[in-house]
Amino acid sequence: MLLAYGAIGAALLSGVTALAADRFPAVLRWISFTLLGLCGLGAVAAGGMVLLTGERMTAQLPCGLPWLNWHLRLDPLSGFFMAIIGIAVIAVSLYGPGYALEFQRPVRMPGTGRDDSREHFRPSLAALGLFTGVFVAGMLAVLLADDAFVFMISWELMSVSSYLLVAYQHQHPANRHAAFLYLLQAHVGALVILLAFGVLAGFGGGFTFHAMRTAHLTPAWSSLAFALALFGFGMKAGMVPLHAWLPEAHPAAPSHISALMSGVMIKVAIYGLIRFAFDLLGQLQWSWGLATLTAGTATALLGVLYALAQNDIKRLLAYSSVENVGIIFMGLGLSMIFVATGHPAIGVVALLAALYHSLNHAVFKTLLFLGVGAVVYRTHERDLDHLGGLIRRMPATALFVLIGCLSIAALPPFNGFASEWLTLQAALQVPVLASGVLRSIIPIAAALLALTSALAAATFVKVYGVAFLGQARTRRVAHAREVGLGMQAAMAMLALLCLALGVVPTAVIRLLEPVTQDLLRLRPAAATVRGWLWLTPVSPRVASYSAPLVVAAMVLTLLAGYLLMHWRRPGVRRVPPWDCGFGGLTTRMQYTSTAFTQPVRRVFAPVWHTDERIEKHEVAPARIAGLRYQLHIGDWSWTALYEPIGRAVLAAARRVGRIQAGNIRLYLAYSFFTLLLLLWLIS
Amino acid sequence: MADQLTGWLFAVLQTLLFAGTAPLLSGWIKRLKCHLQNRAAPSLFQPYRDLAKLFGKNVVLAQNASWLFRVAPYVVFGAILLAASAVPLVAIPLPTAAIADVIVLAGFFALARFFQTLASMDIGTTFGGMGASREVTVASLAEPAMLMAVFTLTMTASTTNLSVAMQHILDAGLVLRPSFLFAFLSLAMVAVAETGRIPVDNPETHLELTMLHEATVLEYSARHLALIDWAGMIKLMIYAVLISDIFLPWGIARQLTLPAVAVGVVAVAAKLAMLAVLLALWETVLAKMRLFRVPQFLGFAFLLSLLGLLMHVILESAL
Repeated sequence: MLLAYGAIGAALLSGVTALAADRFPAVLRWISFTLLGLCGLGAVAAGGMVLLTGERMTAQLPCGLPWLNWHLRLDPLSGFFMAIIGIAVIAVSLYGPGYALEFQRPVRMPGTGRDDSREHFRPSLAALGLFTGVFVAGMLAVLLADDAFVFMISWELMSVSSYLLVAYQHQHPANRHAAFLYLLQAHVGALVILLAFGVLAGFGGGFTFHAMRTAHLTPAWSSLAFALALFGFGMKAGMVPLHAWLPEAHPAAPSHISALMSGVMIKVAIYGLIRFAFDLLGQLQWSWGLATLTAGTATALLGVLYALAQNDIKRLLAYSSVENVGIIFMGLGLSMIFVATGHPAIGVVALLAALYHSLNHAVFKTLLFLGVGAVVYRTHERDLDHLGGLIRRMPATALFVLIGCLSIAALPPFNGFASEWLTLQAALQVPVLASGVLRSIIPIAAALLALTSALAAATFVKVYGVAFLGQARTRRVAHAREVGLGMQAAMAMLALLCLALGVVPTAVIRLLEPVTQDLLRLRPAAATVRGWLWLTPVSPRVASYSAPLVVAAMVLTLLAGYLLMHWRRPGVRRVPPWDCGFGGLTTRMQYTSTAFTQPVRRVFAPVWHTDERIEKHEVAPARIAGLRYQLHIGDWSWTALYEPIGRAVLAAARRVGRIQAGNIRLYLAYSFFTLLLLLWLIS
Repeated sequence: MADQLTGWLFAVLQTLLFAGTAPLLSGWIKRLKCHLQNRAAPSLFQPYRDLAKLFGKNVVLAQNASWLFRVAPYVVFGAILLAASAVPLVAIPLPTAAIADVIVLAGFFALARFFQTLASMDIGTTFGGMGASREVTVASLAEPAMLMAVFTLTMTASTTNLSVAMQHILDAGLVLRPSFLFAFLSLAMVAVAETGRIPVDNPETHLELTMLHEATVLEYSARHLALIDWAGMIKLMIYAVLISDIFLPWGIARQLTLPAVAVGVVAVAAKLAMLAVLLALWETVLAKMRLFRVPQFLGFAFLLSLLGLLMHVILESAL
């Protein structure tokens, strides 16, 4: 508990020290980020300790409302998520000192004259450091909250500070728009979460989580509470169709903040949902599971399809976060279904899969955002079609990003595979269910998960192939340099974690045992029954996977292959690549990101709002001098959901606007009559 | 302990057998096709000669090839070899089958494909990107269909471990399950797509409009090319063994005794030879389809496996 306080304190302190950064930039780079690193270490230590000992700690702080002290609690579930945040924060604090140099230079305001140096805009380092500190502290405090009041305060702290970070580079109108959208959705979401807590508080007779746990709800009311929570937390996590803000807001922030938002902040929303459904509501119903599973499947599939079609590399990563949230939701949904139908042993496996994937996604998404941040830092290009060949210019970054891509594409033996494998294993246990509907829906969801992971592999082949392989498409990219050691260290740490978490899944599951014990009163006993080498989620007969042996065999084959091949050392001759005899391959001949996805775009055409225009400049019949190709890929949720809602809100506002005459006497009359009405109602 | 040691030794031997006989299967298919198409057939051992020739040559590497391009063939071969080691070829009690179940098997294929498609984009030629783009499109449609078909089987045997599943099917005896028929058809179609055979891809052409897999290996030469080609042959054999040993497991050795294993070898050879005849016939009578017909082909495979699954859920849950 002390460690957790220390972590929050360090985060806040880091924010405060950063106030001096506008005058002394070194303060931000050396003191604030060191404090942030300490905060991360503290969070990992606090979380790790709770997970190892499995105990719960509670405390009451004498602040807050007079009749409601701040209730805090650190249990295995919050400890696990605290450790996740800690890992990402450590990486960011290593990465930050190098990356912050980016913002020490003044940048030109867009849309102003070229030589007008007075229009230069200098982002405030103090704001960056302050809001980062508050943001991290807010996330940690959400995990510690043990009553709805502290929860909502910290939640809002997290939302508002991250809004300010999204709006950090507000010289671009697109960023201002994204930030506004984010603020709007964060508040709608928070409002709905508040209502969900309200239902529980109404029945439990208090705002503490303890009172809510003991509340007796009728099934209808608890379903309503769950629906509200799914909506509210789902909105923050980026559940389809409430995801529209996410791909706008996450890329707009500086890259290390994008990493925190995409890697960790949406995990806080998932924590909220787990806490609400598994802990506070308690009695799970299978229909909730089905709703979560369906939403998760749709989120995963649409998320990855939208990711695939993106050319902006940061937007692509944000959409891929939507996909991974879908996978986590699928695990949670499966867990609810199995637990509610009386098969807690399998429910535990599904819950483990969801928690494990949360951890994995936090690690590899943070890694990818940091890697992409390094690329953007050196090239100032976010468009995939302008990058290329970076493996030769930035070898270390390229290696780490490759590991991130392998992990996110769910390839063995990396960590993404282990958690998706667990999710699939849980889904395959459907024959135990009595309901025929569930028995046929769950395997379809599993097959769609397979489709999702195959498409994710395609997406990251595209990302890596277009950005890091091939030849540089622009001059700036051709002259990119490798980033500094601090940034490399951050990525190296996460890359190692990707491998380690994938190779010893049994260790992760051992760590997670107290969490399931706490939530479902059951340990995943079967999962590690054959020792650390074998992962056997249900029983050794049903399925087993041994990542350490896979790695060992892989290394052995690679080594044997290499030795055999280089035993006699037949020579290697370097020649120019074959250009089909036309002379001179240019970089424009390479497949672009747009071209790469064309077949998939055609197969899944109805998913996108595609606006494709080809203008031909024909000088003579059948002789084309120039071609102009325009492609705009839109998210259908905008046209199908948000724009009608937006129009309705505007129309309603116009109606209401009629009663505003701009005359103070009229307004006073309104107040008077309202007062009369209220008095009449009371009497 | 001695038992375990024999088991592991057997697993290694079986993997070597897999790798060693895969070119033979390819040579056999090629020979059959030639006979069917009235052409003079090459020797059964031609694939071995081709591989040996490639291994002996100097590597010709593009100037701008990165380390990834040179590592990829080894990773591709290693992943496919690992996949082969997890598939029971002649005997069921295979300790390596527990390392990787069917889903991990699909993961190994995905790993191999990931590196191969990446390597093809490394040089920066048009063909490489084209091949990669088409390959991942086909693969992302084939993978769910394959897993769906496999799920039908694994739900019957309530396991994803191949050894256990085969044991279960052997124990159950000859039961005609409609779901298996659908799963078989679907898996066969997926296998055709995944191993780059007609009508999805033509392994014998380098025509730019139709290339899928071949476009991704155009830049490779010598030992790198040999490894990738060999991996392709092993992959074909894995799919053939999967289909024949899951749907017709009879003859496979249930203990690691010499006579049982000998019977197993003969049985699997006979089954593969028959399957090769079917494949050669299929490739002779069909023409390659347009790229954008392939999604319909794979969609059909997915539909078949879905039907098989529903059939299992509705009709066979009592069995």
